[in-house]
Amino acid sequence: MLSIKDLKVGFRTRRGEVEAVKGISFELAKGERLGIVGESGSGKSVTSYALMRILDAGGRIKAGEAVYSGVDLRRASERSMKALRGREISMIFQNPRAALNPIRKVGHQIEDVLRQHARATRADARQKAIAALEAVKIRDAEARYEAYPFELSGGMCQRVVIAIALACDPKLLIADEPTTGLDITTQKAVMDLVDDLVRARGMSSILITHDLGLAAQYCDRIVVMKDGAIVEAGAPGALFVRPSHAYTRKLVDATPRRGATLRSLLPEGERTALAPHRVSDDPLLEVRGLTKTYAGKSGPVHAVKRFDLTVRQGESVGLVGESGCGKSTTSAMLVRLMDASAGEILFRGTDLAAIPAAEFARHPLRPKIQMVFQDATDSLNPRHSARQSIAEPLKRMTGLSGAALTARVEELARLTGLPAHLLDRFPHQLSGGQKARVGIARAIAPEPDFLILDEPTAALDVSIQAVVLNLLADLRARLGMSYLFVSHDLNVVRLLCDRVVVMKGGEIVEVGPAERVMNDPASEYTRALLSAAPQAPAPATSASQAPAPATSTPQAPSAATPPAA
Amino acid sequence: MTVQADPPARSGTMGHVAYVLRENPVTALSFALFAFFLGSALFGPMLVPYDPLATEAAIALQPPSAAHWFGTDSLGRDVFSRVIVATRLDLVISVAAVALSFVVGSVLGAVAGYRGGWTDIILNRVLDTIMAFPLFVLAMGIVAALGNSVANIIYATAIINVPFYARLVRAEVNIRREAGFTQAAKLAGNSDARVVAFHIFPNALPPMMVQVSLNLGWAILNAAGLSFIGLGVRPPTPEWGIMVAEGANFIVSGEWWLALFPGLWLMLAVFTFNLMGDGLRDIVDPRRRT
Repeated sequence: MLSIKDLKVGFRTRRGEVEAVKGISFELAKGERLGIVGESGSGKSVTSYALMRILDAGGRIKAGEAVYSGVDLRRASERSMKALRGREISMIFQNPRAALNPIRKVGHQIEDVLRQHARATRADARQKAIAALEAVKIRDAEARYEAYPFELSGGMCQRVVIAIALACDPKLLIADEPTTGLDITTQKAVMDLVDDLVRARGMSSILITHDLGLAAQYCDRIVVMKDGAIVEAGAPGALFVRPSHAYTRKLVDATPRRGATLRSLLPEGERTALAPHRVSDDPLLEVRGLTKTYAGKSGPVHAVKRFDLTVRQGESVGLVGESGCGKSTTSAMLVRLMDASAGEILFRGTDLAAIPAAEFARHPLRPKIQMVFQDATDSLNPRHSARQSIAEPLKRMTGLSGAALTARVEELARLTGLPAHLLDRFPHQLSGGQKARVGIARAIAPEPDFLILDEPTAALDVSIQAVVLNLLADLRARLGMSYLFVSHDLNVVRLLCDRVVVMKGGEIVEVGPAERVMNDPASEYTRALLSAAPQAPAPATSASQAPAPATSTPQAPSAATPPAA
Repeated sequence: MTVQADPPARSGTMGHVAYVLRENPVTALSFALFAFFLGSALFGPMLVPYDPLATEAAIALQPPSAAHWFGTDSLGRDVFSRVIVATRLDLVISVAAVALSFVVGSVLGAVAGYRGGWTDIILNRVLDTIMAFPLFVLAMGIVAALGNSVANIIYATAIINVPFYARLVRAEVNIRREAGFTQAAKLAGNSDARVVAFHIFPNALPPMMVQVSLNLGWAILNAAGLSFIGLGVRPPTPEWGIMVAEGANFIVSGEWWLALFPGLWLMLAVFTFNLMGDGLRDIVDPRRRT
């Protein structure tokens, strides 16, 4: 149905042409669900843009061929490509909010596609658009037809995008990271929906993702890309259980899964023994009745309700929940960037909640509570070099200067594994992993006792996430810090934390030792979170328990409730 | 250890400037022209062939010649000398006015953008009020009320420019108020004032540079315009606006050089400043360094 041979895509840049896709070949049969897996910069999205001929300015297909049902996609005229897009090949984009026009009703946006491909007339467009919304299981479709994108949740927007993509019954659906940025339970709902629709209509699909678990669960065949080339292809069971290429092996190892330990995420040669961290019985932080209430238009909004937590010295606690559960608000109050409405934060007996956040910057306890931010790019000043960023807290709070300051910055860079020659670079000249290291170096610079990690690996590729998580564990063992690890991903939290707190709607629904919460969750919500997380099959040799024989079935062996095929 | 860290950083900056100029010939041309104007302003009065104020009735209204490149005016003064000497006054007025509005606008905009709330609302309405007047008429009013002096022309030009800077800075500060690096700066022990001044505000510089360069050209035109209508620098001081005004009377009778050359210099100056904008922005933006 789709056949790609030796496809090469190049982009013109300041330093000559860069080849983003270096001669890849694959075929897609009718009804097949193909997954393209790779880390950022691997060329997986560019491949799909090239197929749709929607490459950015400066990009072009240099060589090779791409044939879809007899149509040469490389040489087809723009007019025939227009007819093809939406009717034959459709695409779902990464960010549903950006893919929808913010000032038009979603119903009208579906009508556009229908009218464009003459699938509807003025008279029946509305009816067909509502039917399309019903097909993606949007309840009360008639009312939703009138909604604007901003009135819908992220998951709902993605359903609308899917409705638009499927409105004209295409034969091939390309989904480019369709669930990045969605909560884990929403991700499962959206992926199950796409999978059901694709199967029911006998379509082919290409799922582009960085998440091995997702690909394993929803694809028949997987292609692994690295630096613009395909390194390995095969059925998910075989590919993940017995990867033959070193890169696939590295990816599979780095994907957090049940039974994995921190060190097992790293490539086999780098698995040194993990030094244990010491947890004492003395409480470092005692939080009692912490509450944040906003004045909303229709009465007060309770972002956080009576949050209680005790963190002992040297202990790592995970704070888990989906977006809007209050975990970010809680961490902002704990790190004293936000004032609490009520409650106390006792840090070694001093009530920090009594000190206004605006004055806390000059407080002697400021260096003791620090934070690593979610988005390393956003949290580094674009005008400051890595050296300036790391030196800033030292200059303000420790009074170091001159040679002592330079030495300390270089020591921190060494601790966090940042090569010294990168210190004079600006953030845009650093990779994601390097920026994360700068953020961590800056946070540990004033020797904090309590470090809040706000999804420090959410924006990173899995192999870099593995390295950063191990780095955090090493630093903890070495410096004796307590962590509060905020994340939406229980599988990641479990690796690093002694205890886990699960939040929902501003309240704590479950607290307990990490292993107990993972293996025997007490609350319904925790169970739902755990079962929604896609699981990659464990690689054969490093798995501690015997892996399920998954060679013939596309479903992940440990997924709790796979969609019935 | 700033001494130790500085030399590589500085050579990096110079290298970056050289790169920007090489990359874009238009920018290089504008910087060359600016250097020329700067040279005229600094050394012009020493280098010009004639005293710009010396009258000589015998050679009044002569067309351009080898002795008088731009001809002579109705009082026999050398137009070339007057045009070059006028550069200093015009540049001083425009640069001083723009610097003043840059500083005042930045402070107001940064406070409004960072504090938000009532401060923001009140400041915005005040700026709206200023902008509601036709700006040139407002400048005329200010000069007419305060009196005809160079200082008052500078104040008038600065006041009508403040809203542009304040709004730009307000918007740039506002979008970075909640940014991760702002919060990180607070965690590093910076007070709010330091966060705004040293962490957020410098990020507004690239768009500010474009505004500055456009404004410089505009400020020169404004000052010349005020002089043209008689509200500004007084004759016999050489100033491009007055010279154009005086020369305009003679265009009908065929003495075109009187208005043309000061007008040409005025145009070249505005042209130079407008072209410099992109180059200045690229120089102050570290992201342009790759």
